Amino acid sequence: MSNTKPLFEFKNVHVAVEGKEVVNGVSLIINAGETHAVMGPNGSGKSSLSNALMGHPSYTITNGEVYLEGKNILEMEADERSRAGLFLAFQYPLPIPGVTVANFLRTAVKAHRGKDADMSDFRKNLKAEMDNLSIDHSFATRYLNDGFSGGEKKRIEILQMAMLKPKMAMLDETDSGLDIDALKTVATGINRFQTENTGILLVTHYQRMLNYVKPDYVHVMVRGQFVKSGGPELALKLEELGYDWVDEQLSEKAGV
Amino acid sequence: MSEAIRQQNKELSAIGQDYAAKYGFHDPVEYFHKGARGVSHEVVEMISKMKKEPRWMAERRHEALDIFYAKKMPQWGNTKLLNEIDFDNVYYYMKPIENQQNNWDDVPEYIKKTFDRLGIPEAEKKFLGGVSAQYESEVVYHSMRDDLKKQGIVFLDMDSGLREYEDIVKKYWGTVIPSNDNKFAALNTAVWSGGSFIYVPPGVDVKVPLQAYFRINAENMGQFERTLIIADKGSRVHYIEGCTAPVYSTNSLHSAVVELIALDDAYIRYTTIQNWSRNIYNLVTKRASAYKNATVEWVDGNIGSRLTMKYPCVQLLGEGAKGEILSVAFAGIDQHQDAGAKVIHAAPHTSSRITSKSISKENGRASYRGLVKVHKNAHDCKVSVECDALLIGEDARSDTYPTMEIDNDQVKVEHEARVSKVAAEQLFYLTSRGLTEDEARLLIVNGFMEPFTKELPMEYAVELNRLIELEMEGSIG
Repeated sequence: MSNTKPLFEFKNVHVAVEGKEVVNGVSLIINAGETHAVMGPNGSGKSSLSNALMGHPSYTITNGEVYLEGKNILEMEADERSRAGLFLAFQYPLPIPGVTVANFLRTAVKAHRGKDADMSDFRKNLKAEMDNLSIDHSFATRYLNDGFSGGEKKRIEILQMAMLKPKMAMLDETDSGLDIDALKTVATGINRFQTENTGILLVTHYQRMLNYVKPDYVHVMVRGQFVKSGGPELALKLEELGYDWVDEQLSEKAGV
Repeated sequence: MSEAIRQQNKELSAIGQDYAAKYGFHDPVEYFHKGARGVSHEVVEMISKMKKEPRWMAERRHEALDIFYAKKMPQWGNTKLLNEIDFDNVYYYMKPIENQQNNWDDVPEYIKKTFDRLGIPEAEKKFLGGVSAQYESEVVYHSMRDDLKKQGIVFLDMDSGLREYEDIVKKYWGTVIPSNDNKFAALNTAVWSGGSFIYVPPGVDVKVPLQAYFRINAENMGQFERTLIIADKGSRVHYIEGCTAPVYSTNSLHSAVVELIALDDAYIRYTTIQNWSRNIYNLVTKRASAYKNATVEWVDGNIGSRLTMKYPCVQLLGEGAKGEILSVAFAGIDQHQDAGAKVIHAAPHTSSRITSKSISKENGRASYRGLVKVHKNAHDCKVSVECDALLIGEDARSDTYPTMEIDNDQVKVEHEARVSKVAAEQLFYLTSRGLTEDEARLLIVNGFMEPFTKELPMEYAVELNRLIELEMEGSIG
């Protein structure tokens, strides 16, 4: 297997929402086996970036390039990007009333594999993954995200990732709304997913998630740009000094 | 895109074109009797004579025809489409064969083929207790399992019911829906033919569903079946009806009257999957009387037709009676589904629940029209009404016309109405999991319908989901 191409790469990506630019020119290379964290204050553009990369129709990539395993995915619809191996765990997963978790997952798995999974294999697999994430089996027959608590929704997002087995997973504020036990369970699920062939992009406001999912690189996003990159120690520094610290540094650099 | 997905998408997109192939075909028929177009006292007399009916029925017919002439068209609903009906252009009575058969082998080949294509004999074998198949005005095939006959259960076409059980018919027929109820009930009473007659003796539980299938074949045909179901004290029955018709460029009329009587402690469920072709005006009156501690449930699915106006009703006449109406309407391109429900609480401690789900796609229009009336004497009643509408596309339209007339203050009323769109955010969520937009939309619609489909026998739930898939084909966001 030639591994010359990075798993996931975007160059100079600009994103506009309703004509307004919210991300202005970010670039990143994620190699297989790597975990990257994008941190930033509210409104810095980090959720817009992950939505745009997944192909949300309201988040237009106005400029730049995006490659998954060397393949340009900008012309692909969201469903094609998903089937190509890209995944986004949503910050606010939406309820789909009347569609059970099991039925939805079976439909999604079928869309990925191109054929219906063997029923008993599918059930076995689903139960095992639910056990891994401490999700009660009764959730299989509940309607997707309908009346779920914030924590339950996030676990179900990770369950979807475990079932679909993407190559590259973007996790948008997966830690928000979780108590410490739920956070640990979800983190275990994410760590189990990560192998030498997969990549993770964690989008988060707070450092606490990174205690359990260790990033190889941390990127700080402010006002639509990556302003600082470093190792895990950067996250700790941010935790200590806050985002104002980055802002101050930026101002100094600019000589303001 | 993988080859399998491509293949699957191809199949999905092919589905939409097959109403014509699957249901929309018609047979070239030499009718045993094909009347002239238009309705008159002569036509009414001819129908009655051909059926060799008792005189009292003939008189009811004539009386009803005069009421039909005198009554105005409804001034509500889709008045534009109603006024387009040309009553002089309709065939009111067509008899395909001389005698009804109770063995499929004896049914003429072309009719048998039709019902074969629709899967009726297969369903009979698999899970039904009895089957009635109506073609144009007459039931051409009828059969019921022997073990059910032995329990004293009567399941006949209405004409045979009148011949063989005249006393019961005379006692109940037209008592729930009198001729002067509305213009179309009057017309049905004047020219009725076919339909089902069911009588379940006291305490008998009909454990398997009984089914009638209605097929219109000829262009400009009017089908006016008449159904009467009586569940005697403490008995239980589930009746299912389905309907289809060929695709023609001109319109046909289907105007049925269905009366249900649930005596003390009895239970009736009446399930309809209406899948008429887009040239049918479906104007039907359905009403039930529920006596002491009796339960009546209407499970009413409307997928087809050009215009449907139908509001199944339960009159709660005895203390402790229950009524439930679950109505689903799918209004696709150029369709108007004006559906709903009515409940009359006329006794204390009665309860009712109405659940209406409608989907409008593109320029389709779905209306919920409902009435809940609680009479003065009906204390300690429970009423629950829930209306849900889903819109697909910018032009889709949904209207709600709920009316509540509550004349007693010891009543618990719950009412909820919601209109939602298939939201772009929902679509993105599902497509981000690998589903195409069409698959995502179908999943959302099927989910929306789930409270209805889960009430259907498995075979019908599968069929209904398939029909919806067909309706959803090629829809725009």
